Amino acid sequence: MAEEGYVAPHTVDEVVSLLVEAGGDARVMAGGTDVLVQLHADLIEPGLFVDIKNIPELRTIAAEAGGFRVGAAVTSMELVDHEAFNAAWPGVVEGVALIGSVQVQGRATMGGNLCNASPAADSVPPLIAAQAVAAIVGPGGPREVPVEDIITGPGQTSLDQGEILVSFLFPPRAPHSGDCYMRLTPRTEMDIAVVGAGINLTLDDAGTCVAARVALGAVAPTPLLVAQAADALIGSKVDDAAMAKLATAASSACHAISDKRGTKLYRIKTVGVIARRAAEKALERARKN
Amino acid sequence: MATILEESGFSPDRKLKIVGTNPIKHDGPDKVVGRAKFGADLILPGMLFGKILRSPHPHAVLKSIDISKAEALPGVKSVVTREDFPELPRGTQWGNLSRNIMAREKVFYEGHAVAAVAATSESIAKKALKLIDIEYEVLPHVIDPIEAMKPDAPILHDDLRTKGVEGAEDKPTNVVERLDLAMGDVEKGFAEADVVIEREFDSQPMHQGYIEPQGCVASYGEDGGIEVWCCNQGTHAYRDQIAAILETDSSKIRVSQSEMGGGFGGKVGFYIEPVAIVLSRMARRPVKVVLTRNEVFRSTGPVAATRSRIKMGATKDGRIVAAEAELVFQTGAFTGSMFFNGPMAMFTRYALENIKTVSYEVVSNRPKVAAFRAPCVPQIVFGVEGIVSELADKLGMDPIDFRLKNAAEEGYTTLYGVTFGRIGFVETLEAAKKCDHYTSPVPEGHGRGVAAGFWFNRGGDTTGSLTITPDGSVTILLGTSDVAGSRVSICMMAAEELGVPLDKVRAVLGDSSALGNNRVTAGSRTTFSSGMVIIDSARQAIAELVKRAAEIWDVPEEGVVFGDGYCRPSSSNVGEFEPLSIAEIAAKTSVSHGAISGHSEMNVTGEGPGFGLHIVDVEVDKETGRVDIKRYTVVEDAGKAIHPQQVEGQYQGGAVQGVGWALNEAYVYGEDGRLQNSSFLDYRMPVASDVPMIDTVIVEVPNPKHPYGLRGVGEVPVVPTLGAIGNAIGNAIGVRPQSLPMSPPRLLELIDKVDNNGGNGS
Ligand SMILES: Cc1cc2nc3c(=O)[nH]c(=O)nc-3n(C[C@H](O)[C@H](O)[C@H](O)COP(=O)(O)OP(=O)(O)OC[C@H]3O[C@@H](n4cnc5c(N)ncnc54)[C@H](O)[C@@H]3O)c2cc1C
Repeated sequence: MAEEGYVAPHTVDEVVSLLVEAGGDARVMAGGTDVLVQLHADLIEPGLFVDIKNIPELRTIAAEAGGFRVGAAVTSMELVDHEAFNAAWPGVVEGVALIGSVQVQGRATMGGNLCNASPAADSVPPLIAAQAVAAIVGPGGPREVPVEDIITGPGQTSLDQGEILVSFLFPPRAPHSGDCYMRLTPRTEMDIAVVGAGINLTLDDAGTCVAARVALGAVAPTPLLVAQAADALIGSKVDDAAMAKLATAASSACHAISDKRGTKLYRIKTVGVIARRAAEKALERARKN
Repeated sequence: MATILEESGFSPDRKLKIVGTNPIKHDGPDKVVGRAKFGADLILPGMLFGKILRSPHPHAVLKSIDISKAEALPGVKSVVTREDFPELPRGTQWGNLSRNIMAREKVFYEGHAVAAVAATSESIAKKALKLIDIEYEVLPHVIDPIEAMKPDAPILHDDLRTKGVEGAEDKPTNVVERLDLAMGDVEKGFAEADVVIEREFDSQPMHQGYIEPQGCVASYGEDGGIEVWCCNQGTHAYRDQIAAILETDSSKIRVSQSEMGGGFGGKVGFYIEPVAIVLSRMARRPVKVVLTRNEVFRSTGPVAATRSRIKMGATKDGRIVAAEAELVFQTGAFTGSMFFNGPMAMFTRYALENIKTVSYEVVSNRPKVAAFRAPCVPQIVFGVEGIVSELADKLGMDPIDFRLKNAAEEGYTTLYGVTFGRIGFVETLEAAKKCDHYTSPVPEGHGRGVAAGFWFNRGGDTTGSLTITPDGSVTILLGTSDVAGSRVSICMMAAEELGVPLDKVRAVLGDSSALGNNRVTAGSRTTFSSGMVIIDSARQAIAELVKRAAEIWDVPEEGVVFGDGYCRPSSSNVGEFEPLSIAEIAAKTSVSHGAISGHSEMNVTGEGPGFGLHIVDVEVDKETGRVDIKRYTVVEDAGKAIHPQQVEGQYQGGAVQGVGWALNEAYVYGEDGRLQNSSFLDYRMPVASDVPMIDTVIVEVPNPKHPYGLRGVGEVPVVPTLGAIGNAIGNAIGVRPQSLPMSPPRLLELIDKVDNNGGNGS
């Protein structure tokens, strides 16, 4: 193990070449709210920290192609304070606003939340539900990947050696669309999701659901995009019957384990409840838009 | 002169100027801005950083320890193991203490210290720990106390034999002691009962959860003198116990106290100080050791887990006629849970005549249990108060009326033989009945519960000094540590006695060599006991002021009276003199006659028992089992609230700690006996938004044995919490939980059961 080093480059290219050079001994650091905790707990021992917060591209929120592009190192609080983004994607903001406390959110980033690859990461289900696409740059050049394909297992991503996540692209919003993220924790804050559900849906003028995406957190080794749960809503008026189907589909999709944060049975029972409640809120938002 | 203990001078008619107000405490501003100095804050020249290596196994023989590679690492200045501590006999108080601090023959829990390193930096010390080779012979372990009692359970200490059982077999056991406490005739009592309820309950350990992890700096001097700076609940206890386990003299050890970032009983005993001392002795440099939160969870005391079976009976007219209990307390790897408090206090507050209790203390492979506010009482009262409310329900009585009907009063002789003097349980219950919370209807969809609690309150060995400086201001030297604002309350009582503004009075916490022995700050004793010796000291100083005024005026001492900070002639017959202020007398005589001071040491008695009643409203999410505490009121008799805001803080803090214990705090052990949730992220202590503003009602039924009527308010506020929250949840979901914590998964299971069988019974 090398002595711990720290660099804070100003361009993506510099980051990529540093990562390639270090050949696995380097760690990208955004807010550091995961990596520094892991360092102190002796879980990781990187020779080099590559801080990505000084790269303008990674720190911007901008309109693009009728939607938004959000830099991977934008902090939770910056998103929480961004009015236009809030109006379009309140569910995504709910996800980032649940991360830790206000102090943690001052540093924590969506990119870090995704790349830390916890099954319980709070911003990931709403990102997946939003159909956000991750822009990645590495030694082989840039590529674009749907968010649901990034996390491959607890702590594992599909990013290759030397690659970094640069930004998220959010698609344009159709009329009568709404999203929502809810999670269940024993405490009100500073807790990790026992189950979480991100719902994004679009209604037609008559109030029939024409598109929906349902993503669940903390119920499997990775956050899940659950097509059957979305199918329960699509084509319906999102009435009680559809909600009940959604809940059942969510519970059936649950591949949970029992761990220190909750039992398997409890997760199966409650993920349907949380999915239903999130859908109710998303519906309310869609009807207003 | 009659001592203050014989004649407290308490008078209900006394007009008070300072006692009973809410000044800013002197140690407050530095704490608010972050300048207060805690255990980890001392830095000395040449100081090294100590780190402790801990066992990954819950139970294993320590076969060999090889430190040679660690010692060879550049920057490492000393490495210590069991070899560097005196070998004290197993199974004795000091033998156990020494083995808990540094494992000797065996490790008894995951996290048990096995070696320590001092190095020039923390990261070198951490690296050195990885270079220590240890050979373990892993043994089967046992975590659960009931499992530990079984005949085929893995045995922790093969020399242990159960105390309190006559004619027991001479064979190893995990049961440390059986304690039988009884009075009256329970069989006769139950025969009179119209309603009898019997239930089983269990509770999980909770951690004291102090925000400041243990931290210390120790310096072993060239003459064998030892200096220790640390956060502790008693410098003298630390000193004397360190002396015992390091086999040196108490006089050679000086323990100073930092500010306390919380103790709650968890800093009555120590873990790191002797290790730091031995590291320092071998390195001949000062050594700092600061625990991480992970280490705090894995190696410092939680409270006892319990199992209990409790049975109570009452007559139709609402009289409790008999109570019986069988209790099991898990003490962790070594004895010392103070489990006897459980049976002593569990029913005390009701005027019962027939009680029978059998209690067991059991060791298992978990960190040794440490004290916590009212040690071993709240988790048992959780059951008792559940049954009391259920009895009231069955009898169709209001739960507070039922408690009033059975309330102990002056003259009642308790299970442990003490006859109550003036107590305020009835007044507390009456105040609760009248308070806004209880008189407001239970909101739709909420559940309400009440529960009562009692604590003895304590006195004991205490010393202190008070000195008037030449400018007439006042310094106080205390031998007790200040865990919760006792300094300001003690200064207020001194200022009241002397008739000077509070700003003229300052207290410092003495180190262990500054004053004679003081019992630890625990059991709600410090403001009461240290207050007593300082009032005594102030009165001695006043007597000296009078003497000096008499001398200045050249009149007999009887001709001078003291009041409101001035000496005055007792009548015009004495002569015409302008009143002399304390400052004037001090200025005139400090140099010629020496300092004006008072000093007092006593074994303080006369503590007044405390009683409280808690009222809780909860909302339970029936689809998830989550509990939302909607409203919480603590009603408690303080005797006299010297500083009402401080008292309120104690009431609120007790309630909040109870909320955590009741709802979510618990240790999660894997099959491998390792603790899985040793961080605040997964050990779910409540955060601010988990609790509502806790309302308080301070009842004041003065303790006639204290000059200001003080009782003590540190323990009672946590005693009723678990029972009250349990009763509120029971009211909301239709079945009263019997297991702690009442976490969402468990409640959802209960709710599903009620829904499936119509809600009868539990
Ligand atoms: C007290 C506390 C409470 C918390 N509560 C929550 C919670 O409620 N919910 C929750 O989901 N999380 C929680 N977290 C975890 C953490 O705050 C979040 O995961 C956060 O979003 C991580 O962002 P970061 O910028 O700090 O990541 P960092 O720690 O900087 O990085 C995290 C990981 O991602 C990698 N990484 C970061 N950015 C990139 C990038 N652009 N490209 C490639 N790899 C990258 C890093 O190498 C590292 O492996 C909590 C943490 C703490 C300390």
